[in-house]
Amino acid sequence: MSEVLLRVTDLVAGYRPDLPILHGINLHVGAGEMVTIVGPNGAGKSTLIKAVAGLLTITGGHVEAMGHDITKVPTEKLGEAGIAYVPQVANVFTTLTIDENLRLGAAALDRPLAARRIEEAYQRFPALKSHRNHKARALSGGQRQMLAFARSLLCAPRLLMLDEPSAGLSPLIVQEVFTELRALMKSGLTILMVEQNVKAALAISDRTYVFAEGQNRIDGTSEELTQNQEIRAIYFGNAGAGNSASGDS
Amino acid sequence: MLQAIADGFMSGAIIALGAIGLTLTMGILRFANFAHAELVTAGAYIALAVLWLTGAFMGPIGPFSFGIPMLLAMVVAMAGTSVLALTIDHLVFRRLRDRSGHMTLVFGSFGVSLVVRMIILLIFGGAATYYSNELQIAMRVVPGLRIMPDQLFVLGLTVVIVVALHFFLQRTRLGLSMRALAENPELTRVNGVDTNRVIRWTWIIGASLATIAGVFYGLTIQLRPEIGFHLILPLFAAAILGGTGNVIGAVIGGLIVGMAESLSVLFIPAGYKLAVPFLILLLVLYLKPTGLFSGSAGGAK
Ligand SMILES: Nc1ncnc2c1ncn2[C@@H]1O[C@H](COP(=O)(O)OP(=O)(O)OP(=O)(O)O)[C@@H](O)[C@H]1O
Ligand SMILES: [Mg+2]
Repeated sequence: MSEVLLRVTDLVAGYRPDLPILHGINLHVGAGEMVTIVGPNGAGKSTLIKAVAGLLTITGGHVEAMGHDITKVPTEKLGEAGIAYVPQVANVFTTLTIDENLRLGAAALDRPLAARRIEEAYQRFPALKSHRNHKARALSGGQRQMLAFARSLLCAPRLLMLDEPSAGLSPLIVQEVFTELRALMKSGLTILMVEQNVKAALAISDRTYVFAEGQNRIDGTSEELTQNQEIRAIYFGNAGAGNSASGDS
Repeated sequence: MLQAIADGFMSGAIIALGAIGLTLTMGILRFANFAHAELVTAGAYIALAVLWLTGAFMGPIGPFSFGIPMLLAMVVAMAGTSVLALTIDHLVFRRLRDRSGHMTLVFGSFGVSLVVRMIILLIFGGAATYYSNELQIAMRVVPGLRIMPDQLFVLGLTVVIVVALHFFLQRTRLGLSMRALAENPELTRVNGVDTNRVIRWTWIIGASLATIAGVFYGLTIQLRPEIGFHLILPLFAAAILGGTGNVIGAVIGGLIVGMAESLSVLFIPAGYKLAVPFLILLLVLYLKPTGLFSGSAGGAK
């Protein structure tokens, strides 16, 4: 395979040092791939993304990005390491205007570059430009997600980590968000994404990891997983079984 | 009546300056810092010490009771109080922030306020003092209203500071980072902002404004080690009235509290004046705990 942008090895991490949530996660993301993480509620999907982002206590294993060890790199240096992260909830500042959200996202860049990147962001997302002086709390769910994307792209990342970008959006808007993600992929971005909807995840991504109880249980190309009996039984077989996957596997 | 309004404006301006720092640290560090009022006392006394050390070589400027040395002493005291605040944060609050809950921080700040007050008492003694023994002649503005030049200076400088601070919060990167940090610390870090640096600046701004409030208090009233103790309730009442994190709100809250205190003596015995901010605090918490201006534009939130 080509260059590996992110490699997570035997990662043990949690919100408190004495209470690990992740019990030895292994995964990697190659340049140009879109990789999704699926799994039931509480499986540790968000926890993994946050641990990579440097927000949690890592008590074992390590994280490498673009060939550098970033296990101990603080969150605020993530952009410099080439990684952007869009959290699952509260991913924009609702009390700031759209323009202020973007200026904050570009605050680590020198001013001319910041101004240029913000202008590029407005070109890519014209709807944001027309609302630039509105508070972000006035935006719709889909627009917020676009603002969060726009902000995350300001530091020109190679790897974009998204935590359930489709959560709480209507099916039509989800399609828009996914179309945007494909466009980002085309422009050379690598994406690691958590997605609740397993069908959608398998449909859009190159490879998928299935998490359960803080471990990655199954992984493979999305085509393989679509054929996988276990996955079919859990997610496509009996109706409404989406959140009963924890436990035996 | 007119005199009471003018006096209320004066003490309101001093309360406002202290409350701005309090509301910023409350909004950004997320705890009620009972030691903030002691920074006002510390600032006032550090300025006094500087004044003693340098000696009042130069006389007063124009109609004011103070001269260049006083202004220099104030600037030095702003730096000194900032160092004090940063040291306290480093030794006490930062450790508690990392390891324990909100209430521990609040109780910790009680402890800190006692320690600071006692140290000031030890060094400077308990008696009231003044920066200058010059007697000022009050100007009669209209019949029934006398204002001292110092008071006008205090009001003028307060307006300048509030406008400058508002501009700072709205326009600069650091101000933007402070407003972001008040809303969502984790997302602020995700945006690449070094939040520890922003927290340090928050202390520096809060401590500097507290110093100015303390020096103004000393100039227009007197210096006593209990300045902070008497200001705790007015500061909290003003900050909570204005809505936590809201700078303009804190200023308006400060003016309301100062005015209410001052006007109250027209109706109730002066001895009860100190209860007025307490009453305001209770009323706000009961009727509109998020403050008068929650959700409105301007300020840190
Ligand atoms: N802030 C927190 N503090 C302590 N424990 C937490 C915190 N957030 C999540 N957890 C715990 O960590 C475990 C994994 O949660 P996580 O948010 O990673 O799940 P998830 O796979 O993202 O689920 P979802 O699909 O609901 O988003 C859960 O048991 C949860 O209770
Ligand atoms: Mg999650």
